[in-house]
Amino acid sequence: MLKFKNLRSSLLLICLLIVTVISGCSTKMNPTTTTIHNETNVTEKQSSIILSTTTSTENSGLLDFLLPVFSEDTGIEVKVVAVGTGQALKMGEDGEADLLLVHSKTSEEKFVEEGHGIERFDVMYNDFVLVGPKADPLNITKEAPSDILNAFSIIQEKQGIFISRGDDSGTHKVELKLWSDMNIEPTGNWYVSAGQGMGAVLQMADELMGYTLTDRATYLSMKNTLELDIIVEGDKKLFNQYGIIAVNPEKNDKIDLEAAEKFIDWILSQKGQSLIESFGKDIFGQSLFIPNAK
Amino acid sequence: MREMINGIIGGFKILISLDKEVYEIIFLSLYVSLTSTLLATLVSVPLGIFIGTKKFIFKNAVVRFIYTMMSLPPVIVGLIVFLFISRKGPFGQLGLVFTPTAMIIAQFILVSPIIVGTLYTASKEKGADIKRVAKTLGANKTQTLILLIKELRFSICTGIISGFGRAISEVGAVMIVGGNIKGHTRVMTTTIAMLRNMGDYENAIAIGIVLLILSFVINSFLYHFQ
Repeated sequence: MLKFKNLRSSLLLICLLIVTVISGCSTKMNPTTTTIHNETNVTEKQSSIILSTTTSTENSGLLDFLLPVFSEDTGIEVKVVAVGTGQALKMGEDGEADLLLVHSKTSEEKFVEEGHGIERFDVMYNDFVLVGPKADPLNITKEAPSDILNAFSIIQEKQGIFISRGDDSGTHKVELKLWSDMNIEPTGNWYVSAGQGMGAVLQMADELMGYTLTDRATYLSMKNTLELDIIVEGDKKLFNQYGIIAVNPEKNDKIDLEAAEKFIDWILSQKGQSLIESFGKDIFGQSLFIPNAK
Repeated sequence: MREMINGIIGGFKILISLDKEVYEIIFLSLYVSLTSTLLATLVSVPLGIFIGTKKFIFKNAVVRFIYTMMSLPPVIVGLIVFLFISRKGPFGQLGLVFTPTAMIIAQFILVSPIIVGTLYTASKEKGADIKRVAKTLGANKTQTLILLIKELRFSICTGIISGFGRAISEVGAVMIVGGNIKGHTRVMTTTIAMLRNMGDYENAIAIGIVLLILSFVINSFLYHFQ
């Protein structure tokens, strides 16, 4: 009786396996037929490039907005790997990506100087803002509404909770530079180093009722789920320039410089730039990124 | 590949470096995972034996539920625990979010089904025989339970080892409920994830090696008891 039961259940399992395999096959069939159709329509050769970028461009939805238009224009597919600026540059160094879109100008220039990349172009900028609890317990909005250094020293003096990215990202580097501009070594219980992405850090600031430095785009895209307000904005020190670099093709045979350069031309063109400017206006009433290609 | 080799050497260097921050991370990993596994063992061993040896209504459904829980994704557990203990959640006022306690709770939920499942399977096969033997020897209820635990010690050990293995290697849940806060809730797995994000592959591998070495030591210790 027991054996029979085992047999029955193993038969059932086999049936289930067969069904899964068959259903897997049938879904795979469809895309291949459609790509064949596409290939006949698009005259240019189908290629794909890997764009290594920061979490802020990915999280804000900018790339989801731009890339389909680019693929339609050129037939080039762009695969996005969203990591911190540190790892994005590292991927470029290792030849794991064709293209970098990051925001840490000095590191980028060093990257090109060392021969890892071809040339760096300005693409757009956004700005950083200091966000904090709606109640603003440290009263920074009154005392330093547009002076980030002053705001930072208030946080340090009053030991208000500050969440740091702590992950070597572009945003983290900007924050560290602000502390070092004031010769403050941020340590202590009030300084929380999270080692995580912007979204997670914003949620942590919300949860711990602390302050944090964030790019405006990520903040606006998450604003509705957070009880955080902008505390300091508009300081020139909070200006955040994005650059684009094609990786040196000598790094790896698989690097497609031609397609990478097409992307650069496209994003710097009138069309690419005006698309960047229009992004976010319908939802947030303001551009999240301001194009400034020369 | 260079990163791998440097990482392996780095792993041993870290262990003898006496760097306070690294030791804090290692200690917290062990504290969280051992505590959660211990608590899970205390609850799950009796529960597993109970389910394996007793008959009750909806038993099949309960067993299937436990087996399903064994494949719970840590990220989901992390998210659910987070939603419960976050400031806006039902247990928000306890202030558990981003604390080691929260990490222990999440790992407890991940580990328990594994130990219950292992003990259920073992006691289903042997439980009835052991009970019969106990009965013929004239044992009372406590003595029967002691005999059961003694006879099932291999399975208990296997359960604890698999459970601890899941706890110490899991990153999704502790990242969400702990937050990877430096010097506070940062453990080995979240450090590895963070280092990878920072492009520091060598140190990531090094911490991975440390984790493996510690697992080896702890597993050897548990096998010794078996």
